[in-house]
Amino acid sequence: MTTGVSAAGTLIVGANQAGVQLAVALREAGDSAPLTLIGAEPHHPYQRPPLSKAFLQGKLGLDALAFRPPAFFADNDITIVSAERVESIDLDDDGHAGSGTATTESGRAVSFDRLALTVGARTRRLTLPGADLDRVTYLRTADDARRVREHLSGSEAVVVIGGGFIGLEAAAVARAHGKAVTVVEAADRLIARSVSPLVSEFYRTAHLRRGVDIRLGAGVTALHGTDGRVRAVELTDGTRIPADLVVVGVGIVPRTELAEQLGLDCAGGIVVDQYARTSNPAIVAAGDCTVMPNPLTGEGRVRLESVQNAVSQAKVAAATLLGRPEPYTAVPWFWSDQYELKLQIAGLSAGYDRQVVRGDPTSEAFSVLYYRDDSLLAVDAVNAGADYMAVRKALTQGATIPADNAGNTTVALRNLIAPKSVRV
Amino acid sequence: MPKVVFLTTDGSQRVVDAQVGESVMSVAVQNGIPGIIAECGGNCSCATCHVYVSDESLHAVGVPDDMEEDLLDMGVSDRRDGSRLACQIRVTEELDELTVQIPTVQP
Repeated sequence: MTTGVSAAGTLIVGANQAGVQLAVALREAGDSAPLTLIGAEPHHPYQRPPLSKAFLQGKLGLDALAFRPPAFFADNDITIVSAERVESIDLDDDGHAGSGTATTESGRAVSFDRLALTVGARTRRLTLPGADLDRVTYLRTADDARRVREHLSGSEAVVVIGGGFIGLEAAAVARAHGKAVTVVEAADRLIARSVSPLVSEFYRTAHLRRGVDIRLGAGVTALHGTDGRVRAVELTDGTRIPADLVVVGVGIVPRTELAEQLGLDCAGGIVVDQYARTSNPAIVAAGDCTVMPNPLTGEGRVRLESVQNAVSQAKVAAATLLGRPEPYTAVPWFWSDQYELKLQIAGLSAGYDRQVVRGDPTSEAFSVLYYRDDSLLAVDAVNAGADYMAVRKALTQGATIPADNAGNTTVALRNLIAPKSVRV
Repeated sequence: MPKVVFLTTDGSQRVVDAQVGESVMSVAVQNGIPGIIAECGGNCSCATCHVYVSDESLHAVGVPDDMEEDLLDMGVSDRRDGSRLACQIRVTEELDELTVQIPTVQP
């Protein structure tokens, strides 16, 4: 246990993608103030996306997932504190200066004059009978992924609860290892929060084709086990699916406790503006823990759980802390690997009123472009990197790809990029 | 152990050891080579690990696949003959002394 106060210019709470990027961005901008990153996990900061992909497959070890080697942080005078969770934060005086002191669970106190919250999110947990049985696993941290990987080898039947990206990526890995795999999803389609019904249906058939059993509109009522170890998953209709490993991927919950303690506005995440400022403008936040205006329209509030958002928002937050604010205008992008299917998404399709399918989904290489009021919103591209890049480029330039011709596969999308028509 | 030579934006040269099978992007990141961002962690999705492969090494690294080709075509700021995404180049014994130049900007 460490006590006593150590001085820190900038304190970043959360040693994850957003936190590390924020630290790197401050240093790249020439900021030389002391910098401390505090992370709750007992590992050197690492990338999460491969945990449900290459790491789970056993292709990569944790060392290969490090954002930067330990020497990088030492060379850049960035102090990393691992395995410590910040429990409370006290701001000085009226809080307007953004300075104060953070205290960890072990009693370590770190004073700061600039504060960034990159606190991330926790997995949503099942609260069902049997949820605490052995071999009921989640998949967010390296320790989670190690558990799944270890149990996978000795399992025959795997049940995945939750048909989102994490669940489907885990299902794909388990199936590739020859396991009997069932995906149980409460909604009436897969990945409902992120893709259109057409793409949901594509993934359903793609998994079915590879021998995965998919149960949609299926609630789970209980997990059953013997000797403390899970043996079956019971659905609302009474069906019992045998399982010797259960992987739960039912979403994440932003860690807003510290923000609430500080009196910051929270609404399903820490509310930030386009400069990554919380409701106390001296404090910034970035990554999975935040909700922000749609970066492409400036409207509404979105929570983007992605590497791209963590990186883009952390850069914005660093600029704000340095007093050189630049608004968040990055085009959101995302990817998911399942089997040999690479999904790449650019833009945000929510609210679309027209979709154009390009190519034939049964060929497993196609894309779907989304429009609202004839304005290009987004693309979901499956094994269609050129379409993904063309839409990303168009959105970045504030241009469009006219919907009427977008489905014509004899013309490359890049050749259709056009300025937005000026309405008179 | 093969070596990779990075010519960085400040004109200096960094020679580092690499494991066979590792990507050149990973070699750069693990050795703290500035100018390789690699946002997507080697997934051929972000084009922020763009490098210029030297003429001498060009024949040995082969050609980009379709996905990489598309990213290079639309995703990088100044594409040249030797342009590659470092995440898509695997280190081999034959690639010893592979020399790559870091561009001044990543997208």
